[in-house]
Order: sequence, then structure tokens, then C-alpha cells
Amino acid sequence: MTPAIEPTQESVFTIREIAPKIFDMTIVSSTEEGSAALISKHAKAGQFVMIRGGEEAERIPLTIAQTEPEKRAVRLIFQVAGTSTHKLSLLKPGDPVLNLAGPLGKPSEIVEGKKVLVIGGGVGIAAILPIARELYHAGNEVTVVLGARTTALLILKDEFAQISHHLTLCTDDGSEGHKGFVTDAIKDLVAYRGVYDVGWAVGPTIMMKMCSEIAKQLDFPLWTSLNPIMVDGTGMCGGCRVLVGDEVFFACVDGPEFDGRLVDWDNLMLRQKQFKNEEADSYHHCRLEDQLNSR
Amino acid sequence: MLNRSKQKTKLTERSPEDRRKDFLEVNDGYTFTEAVSEADRCLQCRNAPCIQGCPVAIDIPGFIKAIQEKDLERSWEILYTTNQLPAICGRVCPQEKQCEERCTVGKIKDSEPVAIGRLERFTADWKRKAGFTPVTIEVTKPEKIAVVGSGPAGLTVASELAKNGYAVDLFEALHAPGGVLTYGIPEFRLPKEIVRAEIEGIRQLGVSLRTDLIVGKTIYFDEIRQKYRAVFLGIGAGAPKFMGVSGTNLNGIFSASEFLTRVNLMKAFRFPYADTPITIGKHVIVVGGGNVAMDAARSAMRLGAQTVTIVYRRTETELPARWEEYHHAIEEGIRFMWLSNPIAYLPGPDFRVTGARIQKMGLGDPDASGRRKPVPLPGVEETLDCDCVIEAIGQSAHRILSEGFKEVRLNRYGYIEVDPETLMTSVPGVFAGGDIVTGAATVIEAMGAGKTAAKGIMRYLTAIA
Repeated sequence: MTPAIEPTQESVFTIREIAPKIFDMTIVSSTEEGSAALISKHAKAGQFVMIRGGEEAERIPLTIAQTEPEKRAVRLIFQVAGTSTHKLSLLKPGDPVLNLAGPLGKPSEIVEGKKVLVIGGGVGIAAILPIARELYHAGNEVTVVLGARTTALLILKDEFAQISHHLTLCTDDGSEGHKGFVTDAIKDLVAYRGVYDVGWAVGPTIMMKMCSEIAKQLDFPLWTSLNPIMVDGTGMCGGCRVLVGDEVFFACVDGPEFDGRLVDWDNLMLRQKQFKNEEADSYHHCRLEDQLNSR
Repeated sequence: MLNRSKQKTKLTERSPEDRRKDFLEVNDGYTFTEAVSEADRCLQCRNAPCIQGCPVAIDIPGFIKAIQEKDLERSWEILYTTNQLPAICGRVCPQEKQCEERCTVGKIKDSEPVAIGRLERFTADWKRKAGFTPVTIEVTKPEKIAVVGSGPAGLTVASELAKNGYAVDLFEALHAPGGVLTYGIPEFRLPKEIVRAEIEGIRQLGVSLRTDLIVGKTIYFDEIRQKYRAVFLGIGAGAPKFMGVSGTNLNGIFSASEFLTRVNLMKAFRFPYADTPITIGKHVIVVGGGNVAMDAARSAMRLGAQTVTIVYRRTETELPARWEEYHHAIEEGIRFMWLSNPIAYLPGPDFRVTGARIQKMGLGDPDASGRRKPVPLPGVEETLDCDCVIEAIGQSAHRILSEGFKEVRLNRYGYIEVDPETLMTSVPGVFAGGDIVTGAATVIEAMGAGKTAAKGIMRYLTAIA
């Protein structure tokens, strides 16, 4: 007898490079029992999935950008930063996705009727999309600030335009919106519109650190989504431990969102570099394999 | 013919120099002749004290008698009737504290007990190589049962219920089944090919296995309870503990769980052919004295460490690890630093650990465990240089649990409270067993709990039917 509910087939429905090295991928399940189907039914804003693209691949966490339960679909947006994301980027529509598990982590604490600030930087813009969407539909006054190095990397602007009351764009090189960092924009906004009740910031670690310093100065809570190295994503290994208010937490089960004002950012940034050399070796090895395969 | 040798039939082990370079097994197990010779040491005691020492009550004299008679198929049948994971148990059970401890031959002056574990492994390995014919069992019962967690407890519950005609869905959070058998115990002690084969046997009984599904997250506990007439929680004690000393968050410091998961589940020993890395540097410290500490230390040696030092706060006498594992570790060149406890990890310029401050200990009066309690010797400290620290000081209850199964009553350590007879939790129809009830214990104890829970579940289903 062949067991009835295995293996569930997850496959890529669409995949598109929406900005240099940034991919927008939708994964669907073939059945109602599939991972994407169940995740799309149960996920809330702020949660993530663990994904593994092939037999020898790492398990990596990716924040869920969107879910469509009626289509059994989960949308993930990621930037190619090494071997694992490179391999995911090579998937084509119809290709199977070996493992997809989630939704993991605690959902965002969505407030109602508040004046909220939502800050997204780089590929973090994708991670903050569902949070902004929920906040908007929960009747908050939503101000969104999006920042990237240059205009080509400023993703999802149109989607944010529909779920925000104020949208501010900035680029480091001034190719779109304000020239400068999101932190400059926040200072201007607060000076002009007053302080916010609560905020969210997702982006490069250094950006979240700088935003948290401003939140500390201006005295409003700022949720940041921490992205340490993870192995299982279910609280089993402790590799993702972070220091928040001098206490050790596991980002996968206690987070990933923590009040940025209390996070030990330097510790997080140093821990993120733990396997820097190995990651470079692995990526090099992976690209050599690509070349061999393409011959 | 009875073999009156006082020693167990010798098992040829690979030289420590060879085995510390790879992840292959320490030995290849008994040959046919060796196995028959060892089986001939068994007295076939009528009262079979060995069976009482076995948490799953295998008919030990029975399967050994069949080896004596050179009827390996029969030996297999007897073994497999009670134990669905014999090749695993033959390798990782602490037989010296269970069946073999009670063996009559071992009670004779200067005599070693019958090597029951090695014989169990022999029969199971023979069958796997000879060709295992899957047994398919028809579903005859209307009730569906969910088993959460595919470690030793969950696998046992699932197979027992399937053998009794129940439809079972087995859920695993990770991408590969087996729980600690897969992510925890290293390849050189338990090859994953064997884990896969024995789990395949259980699937063939008709158990549906679903990986990548986290009950409480992917499906809510309420949904599971609505869909199934009974639920078994065998989710293990998976959350690593840390000493919590200063410097714990430095790079190069791992919980044994992370280190072993990277190496075993994610195959970091094959990096860069496998994508998941591990870094250990030249000098490794392992903190702790249990089997997990031995596994971590011996794995670190195999990954190329120059020195591996196990730092343990008591002495050799109190060491909780199996004697065999301890001796394999010594043979392979693992150093032991007794009566020592790290009190701080020292950072280098690149935020990597470069050493540990070690507090020397003395032994005081016996504590609750009956072992003498280690007490710090004031002012007696030393520094041990290292590039990597692996803390193997135990695990606690999985944290997703408190979120996912709020209705289930926990004890003050965060483990699930159960009725000791039936293993039913405070929620009717929900059962639990293994490490999530007892705290970290052994594979075979979890399997024993699986047997008890399966009986409890069947009695419950009959009663409510």
C-alpha cells in the first residue's frame, strides 16, 4: 500500500527577477494537504518558512511575502546572496521544491487605530509587505518609508502605494525619491508629522540598527525582524540566539521580531559573519558546478 | 553446543587511527561464525531475566536460540515481532544497563554476559542484506490516529498501531524522519542508511509519513484533534541548554544540538559538496559527560581537530556516558579534563572564541541523583585555549510546544504530564511519551513508552467506541 499523504508535491508556479538579483517566486501545492497549501491557510504577517531547494542544500529561512489560500500559494521574495539563494534562483516554473516548512516564528503584533511607521530597506521591503498590509486593513494610519541603494532595487512600490496613507521613497544615490538613507527620511517625517505610536523596520542589519537608535531617541517602540543564521528554524539548535535586553533568545521561536531598541546589534552582526569564509567557498564551489553543468 | 567461554566473542574493531579520519562504523558487526559462537554462550534460562531488562520485552532467548540453530529467518521473525527498529537498537541501546546486566552468564564469576546487543544487530543486519520483504497490514479499524514526531517513540507507536489495523499519519517537523536517530546520533555510531531502511519498514506497514509539517504551526493542534480520534505527542526534548556563562554568544560556540544537526542531518562533513558548513578550528572543547558529549567530541575529531578535550565537572566514576562510548573516545585520542567547569569564554579580535576560563571543582556530598555533587574550589582556575566550544549539557522541552498545545498540562520543567499506565495527557484522547515526558533519556526507553502508549490508545479507542 502506498501511503496516502506523501510526499506532497510543492512546485514553483512563477519566478521572476524583479530587480537585479532579487527574485519573486510563488510556490504552490498540488493538494490541499501540501505545505504551501497549509502554510497559506495558517500564516500570519511576520512569519517565515524554511526552504531547501535540493538534496544537498541548506535549510534557509525566508519571510513570507504573501499567501493566497484559495490558490494554495506562498509567495517568497529573496535576494541572491550565496549558494542557497543562488540555487533557488535557478528554479523554473514547474520545478519541484524539495522542502518547505512553516509558518514559523511568532506573528507580528498587529495594532489597531494607531499611527504607525513601516520601514523597508533592500530586500527587506518584501518582508515588510504583509505587515504593512495587515496594519492598513486593521485601520491604522500607515506611513511607509522604503529605501534602497538605487532605483532599480526599490521593489514593490506599486503594491505599497495601495496599502499606505503616506509613502516615502529614498535611494542612496538619489536616482529615485529622496537622496539619502531611510533614517534621514524618518527624522524629517517625525519633525513634520510628529512621533509614531509604533513602528516596524525590516532590512539590512545595519539599517535596522540605525532605525532603532532613532526610535530610542524619539522614544517609540520599533519592531525589527532579526535574521541570524538558522539551521532548523524550530527552536532545536540555538544557532540563531540573539541578545535582547541582555537576555538570550532564539530568533526562530521567540522572534523573529524584537523591539530594536533592546537588541544587541553588534553581537548580531558579528554572529552573522560566523561562516563568512565557508559561505564564500561554498558559493565559489557552486558556481564552478554550474559552469561544469552548462558545458 | 554450549560455548563456555567467559568472554564475549571478540569483535574486530577498526583501528582508532583509521576511524578517527572518517564517519564509517567502528566495527562491521559479527560474522556468521562469530554470531553462532556467541549465541552458543546463551544458557536459555527458563525465567529469562534478560527480557525483564528490556524496555520493549524482546524474546531474547528465542531469537538467540534461532541463531544457535542457524535459522536466521526465524531469529529475525522473533526479533521483528516485538521490535521494529532492531538494527538501530542493536547499535545504540545501553545493553550493559538493561538486558545484559540481568544476563545469568554475566552473573558467573569473572564472566561477561552474552553479547545480546551485538546478536540483535547481527540478525537485523543479516535480514537487511538478505532482502527485507515488507509486510503489509490491512487497515481494519475505522479510527485514524495522528502521531506527532517521528523519533523512536513516534515510530514505535505508529508501527504498533498499524500492526493492529489502525490507519496512522506520522508527522515530522524536519525534512527527514527519525528524530534524534537522524539529527543527533552520528553516522559512525548509527549509519543513516540503516535508519532509513528501518523507517521504510514501518512505512511499509501502512504508516503514512509526512515530513515538513509542524503541528501547532503548519496545522493547529485543534485541527489535528478534530481530524483524528487519538493523538500521540512524541516530540522529544529538543531545545538545547546553554551554560549561560559570559561569552556564550561568541562565534565558534555551539550547542551540541546545532553541531550534531549540522554534521548529521545537514551532512556538513561533506562540505562543500553539501551546502551546510561547520567550522571547528584546531582545538575543540566539549562541555559535558553524556553520550551526546562523546558523539560531539568524536565527530569533531573526525572533522580534523588537532585536539579535542572533554571538560566534565565530576570524575570518570560519575560519567553518565556509556562505557563503550567513553572507551572509544579515549582510543580515538579524546582528552578528558575532570573536575572542571567553564566559567567564561574568551573572545579573540574577530569575535571568535580563543579560550575558556575553567573553574576547578571538588566533589562534595551526594546530590539527588546519588552522584557526588561538584563544588567549585575557590580561586583554582585555569585557561584552556580553543577555537571551538561545543556545549553538551542537556536539552529541555521544545518551545513551540507551549505555544502549540496550550491545553495539555505540563509539569514545572515544561514536560508533558501523563497517566503512567496509559500515557494519556490531561486532554482526553491525547497521549504523550518519550523525552517530552521524561526529559532526555534513551532511544529504547522512548520505544518502551511508545509500546505503552499504543496499548493505552487502543484501550481508549475501544472504550469510547
